[in-house]
Amino acid sequence: MGFVETFFNWDVIVSSFPLLLSGLRVTLFLGAVSIISGLVLGLFVALVRLYANRPFSIAAKIYIDVFRSIPLLVLLIVVYYALPFVGLRLSPFMSAALALTLVSCAYTAEIFRAGIEAIPRGQFEASQALGLSYRHMMVDVILPQAIRIVIPPLTNNCINVVKDTALASVVAMPDLLKQATQAQALEANPTPLIVAALMYIALLWPLVMLVGRLEKKHRGETHR
Amino acid sequence: MTAIVSVRNLHKRFGSFTALDGIDLEVAEGEVLCIIGPSGSGKSTLIRCINLLESIDAPGEVVVDGIIVRRGKDLASVRAEVGMVFQSFNLFPHMTVRENIKLAPMRVRKVTDQVADDKSLQLMERVGIESQADKYPDQLSGGEQQRVAIARALAMEPKVMLFDEPTSSLDPEMVGEVLDVMKKLAHSGVTMIVVTHEMGFASQVADRVVFMDAGQIVETGTPQGLFESPQEKRTRDFLNAVLAH
Repeated sequence: MGFVETFFNWDVIVSSFPLLLSGLRVTLFLGAVSIISGLVLGLFVALVRLYANRPFSIAAKIYIDVFRSIPLLVLLIVVYYALPFVGLRLSPFMSAALALTLVSCAYTAEIFRAGIEAIPRGQFEASQALGLSYRHMMVDVILPQAIRIVIPPLTNNCINVVKDTALASVVAMPDLLKQATQAQALEANPTPLIVAALMYIALLWPLVMLVGRLEKKHRGETHR
Repeated sequence: MTAIVSVRNLHKRFGSFTALDGIDLEVAEGEVLCIIGPSGSGKSTLIRCINLLESIDAPGEVVVDGIIVRRGKDLASVRAEVGMVFQSFNLFPHMTVRENIKLAPMRVRKVTDQVADDKSLQLMERVGIESQADKYPDQLSGGEQQRVAIARALAMEPKVMLFDEPTSSLDPEMVGEVLDVMKKLAHSGVTMIVVTHEMGFASQVADRVVFMDAGQIVETGTPQGLFESPQEKRTRDFLNAVLAH
C-alpha cells in the first residue's frame, strides 16, 4: 500500500466519518462543559483566594496549587478507577468532566487572580471612596478591566482543556480520539487518526490565532 | 458652628514608623481647610483616614456628620457622604467621562438613568468638561481628567470633599484650571479638606490652614496668620524653604 492509501484512504474516511463526527460532538460537549464550569468556579475561587478570611483563602491557594501540579491523566484515573472504592462511581463523561473542570478551575482561578491584582490600587480606592458596595466595585469597575487582561490567557486555557479532552479516551469516553482509535482498529488503517488530528487542528487553530490577535491588540491599547 | 468632620486622638503606625501621632481636628460645615507640610509629614495619611482608606489605630476615631467611621455595613454609606479626589485621578478607564460620573449615583443612590444623566451634564458644565462627555479618560489631558474626577465625586453630593494633592501629578500648565474649579467650589460653600503644596491656593482660598510635621499638627491658623506670622519654628523653616524660590 502506498502513502496516500495508508494515511489518506478515501474509502476509510467515508466509512469512519460518522463515527468521528460523533466523537467530535462528545469532545466539543465535554470541552464546553469543562470550560464553562471551570470559568465560573475559577472566578469564585479567585475571589475567595483574594478576599475571603484567611482559612478560606489558604484553602483556595492549596486547591489551586495542588490541581495545577497534578497531571490530568493521573487525576482522571484516580477519579474513574479509585473513587469507586469509596463508593463514588461516576460515568466516563462525569469523570472526565470532573477531572477537567477541577484542573481548568485551578488554572482559571490563577489567571483571574493575576488579572485582578494587575488592576491599580487606585481603582479600588476610588470605588470605595464613592461608596460603591463590594459587589458593585467588582462588577462595574474591577472585573471589566480584569477581563480585558485575562482574555488571552483564558483563551489559552480553553485550548488546553479541549486538547486535554483527548485524555478522556483512557476512561472509555467515546470522544474524538477514542472513536478514531476505534475506527483505526476496525479498518486496520491509520487514516481515521489523521482525520481526527485534522479535526483538532481545525477546531483549535482559530482559537490559537485569536489569542495572538488579542495579545497584539492588548499591547497596542491598554485601556479599551 | 457644627463640625461635619471630627478627628479625635488619631494615631497611625505603619510597622515601626509613626505616620500620625495624635491628631485632633474639627472641620466646620462650609469650611475650606488646607493641610500643608513636608512630604512624609502624614497629611495624606490623615485625609485617607477620614474615609478609612487607611485603617485607624485604636483608640482614635473619626466622626463624619455624627457617624463614627469604622469597618462594617455602615462604612459604604459614610463613604458616600465623603467625596475624594486623588493625586493620580483614578478615573475608571473603561468608562466614558459621562459614565464615570453617573456610576456611583446610579449604584449607590439608586437614581434613574435620566436623573443621573441630567446631573452629570450639570456637573460637567460646572467643571468645564461638557464637550468631552463621551471621551474616555486616556483621551483627556491630566487637568481634564482631574476635573472629571472632581465632577465624579461631586455627583454623590457629598457633605465634605477631600483633595489629596490634586495638582501634584499635573503638568504645570494644567494646575491653574484645576485650582480654578476648586476655588469655585470653595466659594459655593462646599466643605473641603485639601492636602496641597500650592501655597498660593491655600492663602487665597482656605478659611484655615493646618501645618503638619512628623505626624503631628504643629500649627493651625488663618492663612494670613500662618503664612505671615507663623508661631512655631518648624512652620517658619518649612515656609522659608518652600517660599524661598
